[in-house]
Amino acid sequence: MYDISTYEEATTIQEALQYLKENPSSKVIAAGSDVLIKIREGKMAGASLVSIIKIEELKKIEKDKDGNIHIGPLVNFTQLEEDPIIREHLPYLGQGGGTMGGPQLRNIASIGGNICNGATSADSGSTLVCLNAQLTLTSLDLERVVPIGEFYTGPGRVDLKAGELLTDIVILRQDYEGYVGKYTKFAQRKSMDIATIGCAVMMKLQGRVIEDFRLAYGVAAPTPVRCPVAEAYAKGLTLTKENARAIGEKALEDVSPRDSWRGSKAYREQLIKVLAERAIWELANGGGEQDA
Amino acid sequence: MQNIEFTLNGSQIEVSIDPRESLLHMLRNRLGVFGPKEGCGKGECGACTVLVEHNAVNACIFPAGKVDGLEVVTIEGLQQGEHLHPIQQAFIDTGAVQCGFCTPGMILSAKDLLDHHHKPSRQEIRRAISGNICRCTGYSKIIDAIEYASKDVSKS
Ligand SMILES: Cc1cc2nc3c(=O)[nH]c(=O)nc-3n(C[C@H](O)[C@H](O)[C@H](O)COP(=O)(O)OP(=O)(O)OC[C@H]3O[C@@H](n4cnc5c(N)ncnc54)[C@H](O)[C@@H]3O)c2cc1C
Ligand code: FES
Ligand code: FES
Repeated sequence: MYDISTYEEATTIQEALQYLKENPSSKVIAAGSDVLIKIREGKMAGASLVSIIKIEELKKIEKDKDGNIHIGPLVNFTQLEEDPIIREHLPYLGQGGGTMGGPQLRNIASIGGNICNGATSADSGSTLVCLNAQLTLTSLDLERVVPIGEFYTGPGRVDLKAGELLTDIVILRQDYEGYVGKYTKFAQRKSMDIATIGCAVMMKLQGRVIEDFRLAYGVAAPTPVRCPVAEAYAKGLTLTKENARAIGEKALEDVSPRDSWRGSKAYREQLIKVLAERAIWELANGGGEQDA
Repeated sequence: MQNIEFTLNGSQIEVSIDPRESLLHMLRNRLGVFGPKEGCGKGECGACTVLVEHNAVNACIFPAGKVDGLEVVTIEGLQQGEHLHPIQQAFIDTGAVQCGFCTPGMILSAKDLLDHHHKPSRQEIRRAISGNICRCTGYSKIIDAIEYASKDVSKS
């Protein structure tokens, strides 16, 4: 029996927002794969929960007339990986989500929960940061849009105010069109493990020249982070093994990995360099996943 | 307490539950369905795997109330009369069962795979059971069983 004080099931956004406003101490539960684990560990014991999992309008993936892609926060990782729009335009996001947990987890775990949980290890985190995902946060009184890079405020902390729900995750056309990308999860096991380092790379190529470059990591800092120093350095470079290595080296100026039982700081630094280098080289040679 | 209705192994069920309980707790402690096992209780071992709307989920981290109106299948629901499901038979024929604790979960993960992909590669089979832990077999025989069953299932 989970130590929950009340459990309310909302079936529309409006209902959930109303309930959240009237019960400001209550906590949102989507699939519960983070929330229930925390309750089990006593970290959120006695929580009052409002379930949003039955809100159908939050489960869609759509491309609007401007070419922006809208991902409902309740989209689960199996759906994300198999969705035709994601396969066509953001295959690396789907593939990255496919590294989460195991199939049973991916069948339930939501992308919105992955974001709002605020873990630096979130397997959608670094790719969404690279994609500059725009998050729509809705409360009864206000709707605001926050770029995901600003949404993460610290380890396990996000800029979600009382009464707010994440209602849309938008990838703008300019942020994905023409890019190739790849997410690498480095962990001790191939499944059912948390990343030691997660690395997302996106590139726009002009022949063998890097026209635009984006790089982000998970577990390299308290939150998933972009790498402005390495990105600026990479733009305009020609794709060579040496340059790929140099970009990976540069990334060390952007990150602040720590020691943990999963890996030492030195080990993480090595991964940060090598994973970027390998991903760049693979993308340069037609590997990885690309916007079709 | 909360009343919910759902389909369990093909039969319509009505049950009164505590909204704080998991699907696993409800199945085992209220309904006497003991196929799903409790291993870790936190989504990591797959022993509690059941199918909800044809998708494998961990019943231990699935709130019971969520199955209201949905279709749930446990290992008990696979057999047709006297006939075991081809995946069950394949597990026996290839020697993929040792202590059996992981078996219901493994078979249901395999069913999710075979219902969605008729001719999986061995790599796809490995991925499909990557959320199920087995302490006994070393997995090879389980992968053989699922591959063997995939030939049978795709025939029917
Ligand atoms: C066995 C196991 C393995 C795991 N492996 C991985 C892994 O490999 N990689 C990984 O990244 N994660 C992993 N996780 C963590 C977890 O599954 C993911 O973070 C998942 O995406 C969370 O989604 P959820 O729907 O279950 O979220 P929930 O647990 O329901 O919610 C998570 C948080 O987000 C909030 N929230 C959810 N949706 C909204 C919304 N729309 N608006 C506002 N707030 C919201 C909740 O209040 C809560 O704080 C694992 C978990 C388990 C149990
Ligand atoms: S008991 Fe549910 S996954 Fe282990
Ligand atoms: S047969 Fe014993 S755990 Fe798999």
